[in-house]
Amino acid sequence: MQLIDKTKVQQLLDILIDCDLYIHLEMTTGAYAAHLDLTKHPAATFITNAVIRYSHGSISGDGPYRVGLKTGIGWVYSEGLTHYEETDSDRLILAGHDPAGKLVVALQLSREPF
Amino acid sequence: MMKRHILVVLPHPDDEAFGVSGTLAMHLDQGSAEVTYACLTLGEMGRNMGIPPFANRVTLPSIRKQELEASCHAIGIRDLRMLGFHDKMIEFEDKAKLDGSIEALMKELNPSLVITFHPTLSVHPDHNACGAAVIRTIGRMPADRRPTVHCMAFANNHEHEIGKPDIINNVRGYLKQKMASIQAHKSQFQAAELLGNKKLSDAEIQARFGTERFWTYRFS
Repeated sequence: MQLIDKTKVQQLLDILIDCDLYIHLEMTTGAYAAHLDLTKHPAATFITNAVIRYSHGSISGDGPYRVGLKTGIGWVYSEGLTHYEETDSDRLILAGHDPAGKLVVALQLSREPF
Repeated sequence: MMKRHILVVLPHPDDEAFGVSGTLAMHLDQGSAEVTYACLTLGEMGRNMGIPPFANRVTLPSIRKQELEASCHAIGIRDLRMLGFHDKMIEFEDKAKLDGSIEALMKELNPSLVITFHPTLSVHPDHNACGAAVIRTIGRMPADRRPTVHCMAFANNHEHEIGKPDIINNVRGYLKQKMASIQAHKSQFQAAELLGNKKLSDAEIQARFGTERFWTYRFS
């Protein structure tokens, strides 16, 4: 994974417009959040291999970054993205890592299931 | 003397490293037992990807599979079973399928000792659900056929609930294997709450990793 290159991520978002795509979307504080600090509220959610299609998709912000995808009758939104996989040219692997290196958020799009 | 067979059932690669690798290395080194490690998932939903991250959600399962194999090699475990369940989903898994996979191992291996997580005091929902599945499965066996079950527990209140551990293993003679097992999990161990990047002195390593604690499960 590399720090996000906004131009390259936007190019990938453009390539994937109007395709049926499998999405993995996730956000998590980690299962140990409250074990390590009782004031923390542990929360996590993910959806994997749902199928979406978007007509407009863009990355914004100065880092950490936001991505918004406009679908037929709704939206996909993700904030806090820091890294992307530079070796993938036909699918988009985005993640947000906190300062300790832990994954907090992930947004992935592919023509094939994850 | 017939060799004992120890079956270890844990949900994530690296669960074996911190709590039980020294005990297993000791048994294997002394030739007193065969060990089978059944790992329910590949830890594919883990948050640690290395510092800086060298894995991602897509590559993590294959990377953690290799790390698990390296950890087993370090401990001396030759029989590793990867059961293919989905990380984070153990508590939601079809119980007949989950229990059935454990029951099949019980029938095949006939272990005299099973090591797993305590079914309620092990913090991570997968840990508790793994322990609960083992306890359910063994609980269905006739009482005189059940193996001993040793549980690991580390919830903040665990000693309040179940008292002091009745099995305390001094594994200081096996810290080489144990540290190699921990460090085999390259994507995980640098996390501050695990091993971290700080160089520990021998005294610190012995204090922190030299003892492994278990509670014998009492079937009522």
